[in-house]
Amino acid sequence: MAILPNLSFSKLKEGLSKTRGALFSKIGNVFSNKTIFIEDFSAQIEEILLESDFGVELTEKLLFAARKTFKDKNLNDFDDFITIIKNELLSELKLSSYPKLLKKNIAVPYVIILLGINGSGKTTTLGKLAHYYKTQNMKVIVGAADTFRAAANDQLKNWAVQANVEIVEGTMKDPSAVAFETVKLAVEQKFDIVLIDTAGRLHTNKNLMNELNKIQKVVSGLLTSAPHEVFLVIDGNSGQNAKIQALEFGNYLNLTGLIVTKLDGTAKGGAVIQIASNFKLPIKYIGIGEKIEDLEIFDPNNYIDALFSK
Amino acid sequence: MLDELTEKLERALKKITGQGKITESNISDTLREIRRVLLDADVNYKVAKQFIDNVKEKSLGKEVLTSVTPGQLITKILFDELKELLGRTGSELKLNPSGLTVIMLIGLQGCGKTTFSAKLAKYLKNKKRNVLLVAADVYRPAAIDQLKILGAQISVPVFSIDGSAEPVKISVEALKYAKENGLNTVIIDTAGRLHVDDDMMNEAAEIKSKVNPTETLFVVDSMTGQDAVNSAKAFHEKVDFDGVVLTKLDGDARGGSVLSIRAVVDRPVKFVSLGEKLDSIELFFPERMASRILGKGDVVSLVEKAQLQFDEKETEELEKKFKENRFDLDDFLKQIKMIKKMGSLKSLLAMIPGISSSMKNTDVDDKKLVVVESIIQSMTKDERRNPKILNGSRRKRIAKGSGNSIQDVNRLIKQFEQMHQMMKMLNKNSGKFSIPNIKNMRLN
Ligand SMILES: Nc1nc2c(ncn2[C@@H]2O[C@H](COP(=O)(O)OP(=O)(O)OP(=O)(O)O)[C@@H](O)[C@H]2O)c(=O)[nH]1
Ligand SMILES: [Mg+2]
Repeated sequence: MAILPNLSFSKLKEGLSKTRGALFSKIGNVFSNKTIFIEDFSAQIEEILLESDFGVELTEKLLFAARKTFKDKNLNDFDDFITIIKNELLSELKLSSYPKLLKKNIAVPYVIILLGINGSGKTTTLGKLAHYYKTQNMKVIVGAADTFRAAANDQLKNWAVQANVEIVEGTMKDPSAVAFETVKLAVEQKFDIVLIDTAGRLHTNKNLMNELNKIQKVVSGLLTSAPHEVFLVIDGNSGQNAKIQALEFGNYLNLTGLIVTKLDGTAKGGAVIQIASNFKLPIKYIGIGEKIEDLEIFDPNNYIDALFSK
Repeated sequence: MLDELTEKLERALKKITGQGKITESNISDTLREIRRVLLDADVNYKVAKQFIDNVKEKSLGKEVLTSVTPGQLITKILFDELKELLGRTGSELKLNPSGLTVIMLIGLQGCGKTTFSAKLAKYLKNKKRNVLLVAADVYRPAAIDQLKILGAQISVPVFSIDGSAEPVKISVEALKYAKENGLNTVIIDTAGRLHVDDDMMNEAAEIKSKVNPTETLFVVDSMTGQDAVNSAKAFHEKVDFDGVVLTKLDGDARGGSVLSIRAVVDRPVKFVSLGEKLDSIELFFPERMASRILGKGDVVSLVEKAQLQFDEKETEELEKKFKENRFDLDDFLKQIKMIKKMGSLKSLLAMIPGISSSMKNTDVDDKKLVVVESIIQSMTKDERRNPKILNGSRRKRIAKGSGNSIQDVNRLIKQFEQMHQMMKMLNKNSGKFSIPNIKNMRLN
């Protein structure tokens, strides 16, 4: 199955490089003065990484490796330093690299659950995914398993209409009942893709976390291979708490991938890179706007280029 | 269990060696640690740097009390500074006593505006205001329905216009509606928007200029990372706001972005929002937030209290006695009094980071301190100075006099003897001593 046909990362790049200008002109000066000091390079890169939410730990790890390679190879150019950093980063994101085929041939229906904290962008992303798979000529059904937040069902229904896909509405109180109903219908009517929306929840709320676990159990009880994907949806604006979120959500069910939203702003999403690296999870998609087509497959190369673009 | 607790307490109070003045070198480790703490808490890189530099400048040359280390002292200075910065200006919500009060909420997508507007409505309704909620988010699917449902839950009317009305028009009409219907407080829930979206930012600015809000509040997710400086600055420049609302604080994010915001736009936090229930709204406490950002339990306030209450002279005297092994039951009594001044044992323990809440519930009985106190107070001066003379009959008398059992008395004396043993060892091993060993006051 093809990935998004026409990858345009211009929007991403636009966002990511919005605050870059000033920074790089500073580096430019350093370079033209020929003050080539590894300390200085490190400091510049450190600033970029820390201000992009990469966190102290990952930043230090990347810089340590880069300085070593830089010295070992006896390099002295700032561009070389950047290249090394980029490569280091790329290796942290190995799992997010192509090819990104769905394991679609293995299972019909292919069940995807979205989860994350409140307001991270689950429902919107779900609408976008429904649209995306639909345009891939797949038969898509969505399940409104957010039975908690006011008007969550209406919100999803609105997306389902826009994407022209089926919906199982969250009219029951129990979210796992909605998930069950959706998967059951998908099996009976041979849908290709099942997308399940869940209520936003803080990882600190045990009861709500158990509820997620129950959804997963109910789904796999019905279809042993399901859920095929459990995507944690993370706001690109997130800071260091996102790591704890990933850890906690991962404690309750098996995450298979990450989705970063709101990268059309000026936030860089570095916290999600940390998660991908720490928990060996691929970043699958990124959200770059509020419209139904504002979704892209995550491409580490593009992301890294945009991050360091001048 | 209690052993572990006291050990932790001890460790926290340990390195209590005065080092004269704060110098570059004796605080450099602490500063590096603090920088890391701030970055981990999502304080913006540049803000953290500047903040630490300021604190350092203020601290260099400061005298260090004998009872704390330079590192502890600078942590306290930092904490004070943080608290000051967070709480500098009044954080009260402005409400017009007569006429219309208009509160406009703005912020990024998904930060919690809609839920918060309902909470605020409930909060103000409880303050006997007649509230109108205004659904001005016409973009996000079902945002209007969401507010309507929330409004119904708290019995607050929600103003909306069906169809494709403009948010500016909705807001203006809402004001009219409020006046006509005798409602004196209007809360406008606007759509989430990106600070780089010029059209949307202009729209927000236009709403603001048309309704002329009494308060414009910028709503921020406490989990926001480094970019908070950029969004806050842009919202401030293009719309301008009077205060900040920090949401999702029921999670475990440290919320350092609030410091970043404070640093780039000088606006106070007016409310915090802590959950999906509509009464989980609270006023902002700078001190609480400062310790949350530092994430060190309340080590800082422990330092603060220790500093305040452990009267320096007294400590010095005790130190001397300790060294010379002249520490007697009178001194023990003094020590207990000092600890009592610092608050209950339980609250002291609760301030140590890393002690889980279940442990905090351990029964640390302050009454036992009272027992010890009463026993010592029932002794004669001679007995207190020279506990060796405490024979059986004296002990019986003391037990009776203080209303305790003979076992209590025996235990206390035994512990005191053990303490003396410890002191001997301590004095042998190091020139300095730490605050009299609390472990030996274990009372059960
Ligand atoms: N700019 C931008 N906004 C987004 C993006 N994805 C989602 N949003 C917005 O973020 C806000 C929250 O999105 P939702 O999809 O409702 O988030 P959710 O996780 O389903 O929220 P809850 O169900 O309430 O927990 C909405 O205003 C969306 O329009 C994105 O990629 N870019
Ligand atoms: Mg949702």
